Amino acid sequence: MMLKKITSLACTLLLISGCSRRETPVQIGNREQILHRNAGSEPKDLDPQTTTGGVESLIQDALFEGLVAWEPDDTDPHPGVAERWDISDDGTVYTFYLRPNARWSNGDMLTTHDFVFSYQRLFSPALGAPYAYMHYVIKNAEEYTKGDITDFSQVGVKALDDHTLQFTLKAPTPYFLRLVRDRSAYPVHPATILKFGKIDEPNTKWTHTGNLVGNGPFMLEYWQTNRKIKTVKNPYYWDAKTVRLKEIHFYPIEDVTAEERAFRTGQLHITKETPSERIQFYRQNHPDLIRLDPLLGTYFYELNTTKPPLDDVRVRQALAMALDREQIVKHICKAGEPAAYNLTPPDTAGYTSRAKIEYDPAKARKLLAEAGYPNGKGFPKMEILYNTHKAHMGIAEVIQQQWKEALNIDVELLNMEWKTYLAMKQEHKYDIARASWIGDYIDPSTFLEMYITGGGNNNAGWSNKNYDALIQAAGSEMDQVKRFELFQQAEEILMMEAPIIPIYYYHNKALVQSSVKNWMPNPLDRHPYKYVYLEADE
Amino acid sequence: MLELIPVLLISITIVFFMVRLAPGGPFTSEKSFPAEAIERLNQHYGLDKPILVQYGNYLLNLLKGDLGPSFQYPSRTVNDIIKETFPVSLELGALAMLFALSIGLLAGIVASLKPNTLQDHMPMGLAMTGICMPSFVLGPLLILVFGLWLGWFNASGWELPSDRVLPVITLGAAYAAYISRLTRGSMLEILPADYIRTARAKGLSEATVIFKHTLKNALLPVVSYLGPATAGILTGSFVVETIFNIPGMGRMFVLAAFNRDYTLILGLVVFFSLLVVVFNAVVDILLGLLNPKLRMHA
Repeated sequence: MMLKKITSLACTLLLISGCSRRETPVQIGNREQILHRNAGSEPKDLDPQTTTGGVESLIQDALFEGLVAWEPDDTDPHPGVAERWDISDDGTVYTFYLRPNARWSNGDMLTTHDFVFSYQRLFSPALGAPYAYMHYVIKNAEEYTKGDITDFSQVGVKALDDHTLQFTLKAPTPYFLRLVRDRSAYPVHPATILKFGKIDEPNTKWTHTGNLVGNGPFMLEYWQTNRKIKTVKNPYYWDAKTVRLKEIHFYPIEDVTAEERAFRTGQLHITKETPSERIQFYRQNHPDLIRLDPLLGTYFYELNTTKPPLDDVRVRQALAMALDREQIVKHICKAGEPAAYNLTPPDTAGYTSRAKIEYDPAKARKLLAEAGYPNGKGFPKMEILYNTHKAHMGIAEVIQQQWKEALNIDVELLNMEWKTYLAMKQEHKYDIARASWIGDYIDPSTFLEMYITGGGNNNAGWSNKNYDALIQAAGSEMDQVKRFELFQQAEEILMMEAPIIPIYYYHNKALVQSSVKNWMPNPLDRHPYKYVYLEADE
Repeated sequence: MLELIPVLLISITIVFFMVRLAPGGPFTSEKSFPAEAIERLNQHYGLDKPILVQYGNYLLNLLKGDLGPSFQYPSRTVNDIIKETFPVSLELGALAMLFALSIGLLAGIVASLKPNTLQDHMPMGLAMTGICMPSFVLGPLLILVFGLWLGWFNASGWELPSDRVLPVITLGAAYAAYISRLTRGSMLEILPADYIRTARAKGLSEATVIFKHTLKNALLPVVSYLGPATAGILTGSFVVETIFNIPGMGRMFVLAAFNRDYTLILGLVVFFSLLVVVFNAVVDILLGLLNPKLRMHA
């Protein structure tokens, strides 16, 4: 009897002691400067030159640093590995001066020759770097990438000495500094690349645990597939004294609900998203935890202009004018996203489009009648194609309803999984499709170049010679005022012709613990980790 | 075991051609890239060759044990990914199976001893709930109570030993429930048998009667169920792995299908087929050990 009592008491004590409220990773992290951030999915790779996704970029920002860098509260280019730079009067020669104390995470000196090696790798035909084309503004870069020339010394990237790097451009490129801030222009460590393969050999194991050498404020401790990427402070970083975090742990949680639960149980400092049904809750109850900041991106509908009736500009305009976007952002988006009436988000590097396609159902009906469909009579049945997501479905349903009410036309909804949706769009097997675009760098060109004739991302199949000419002229215009005027005219044509219907501008919707300091809004969701630190509230 | 070769060959052939029928390919992405970049990728992975050549090459590499590179995670091979994720799925599956067996057997035995009383209805009612409750309901419910309200466990991850508790219960619950009903059923069939009465008449203790004489025979249906159940636990852990963000193979499998990662899908199909065949063989051996009649036939 006695034994039974002692056993049950021991069991109870064990249960109580084992199951007490634990100290969460966030609490430990706050004390020890360990940041826990969800990356949103498993990165494809950590090679900055062969990856294109946002998931990879937010980890690469910890491991590498470009010539030009970000500051927490400013979108202008600031000195990174380069301490300063000169630009020639004609805007075609950029000379960067590297910091003499810049080093790799293994202690090696970082020199301009490493940058030349990195650009040679980026433009190597066999590497197939998907973002090499973004840097075609550099003299002969395109020719080298396409294999037309094989001598890299003809490409406009030169090491004048160990610390002076010179770029020669094809034409003046006012956004060149923003371009060299892109992760595809991050330097890679030549000895490491060559240890695991040839300079142009893709997909070697140089980015794996124990192999990766970078030049960022943090270095890779380990990378466990689908589990965690742990980075620790890089003691050789030129500005290590500024870095306050000791570690950053990146997680690959894809499911937004699971991510939010991990945030609530104190496992994450920063999430990638907020589930749409929880946005209202956080806005009302924990406004200090939810960050709804403008993102450089637009949500829009693309119209397949290669087939009737959408090859008729009047039909496209009618559809665009019949949309009450304010209703959509108010009732479906809920994160304060502004309704969009043009493609380029407002104040993109100082550019705000004056083109606007207004909500005007009466005019829309008139246009549709002129196109031969009075009161929607005889209008063929069309489908709205979107990829599986609750929010996309919600928006498509509202639009279906609004077009029915305003124009008396019937459209159906077509929900497809991601790759099928992409394939259908790219093969023009759709009528109307949900689309979005997040800028690669802060400049209107990253949006407007999309709709040039035959552009790889012009899934509307739209073509306009005047538009193409304006975009091309803007590409070589050095005077920013004149250049923006060319973009204004181009965007007016785009909105007038309506191959796309802008719906809203994106907002970033991250949950951030109040202990995270120096985490500032950024239109490309880029946050220089070296300034971030953790401080628990009293 | 020889059946393995045709089974594998048929699954590989079907999957090899079917994944290529799905719209979009491994390099279809939202931002389209220059044709030359896509061409280089296709060349690199041999996707520019005729499909039958690709199929032949795959089989040749498979003979060497090489499952090829992953398209989605290009610096990793399928072998690397299986090596990293299988131990996780195995641990989760083994613990879930252990949980299912211990709870299931115990509940089944307890219920069968006093049929149609509260002692029977309680565990069987719970078992019915367990069978009916899908893991995507049970998992978040457990997180809500033990993660958020009580703060005992993490909501996700596979870092601490305690991170195993909630996923193991979530994954094992339905199996535990099924095992308990199987055990109860077969116990009730065997308990009135003559040899049990004889055992009792010999004056053996109740524990010996139950565990040595009754349970040994009552276990046969449970053991036959273990083969498919183990394979199911290992391959069907996708939902639990997603809810708890566990770096296992089930999640990889589904991601591979969405990403059109042809080689990863195929590699995992080959691996899962092998697993199912091996588990079925193990169960056959176990059944033989438990049931002398089967041994005689063999």
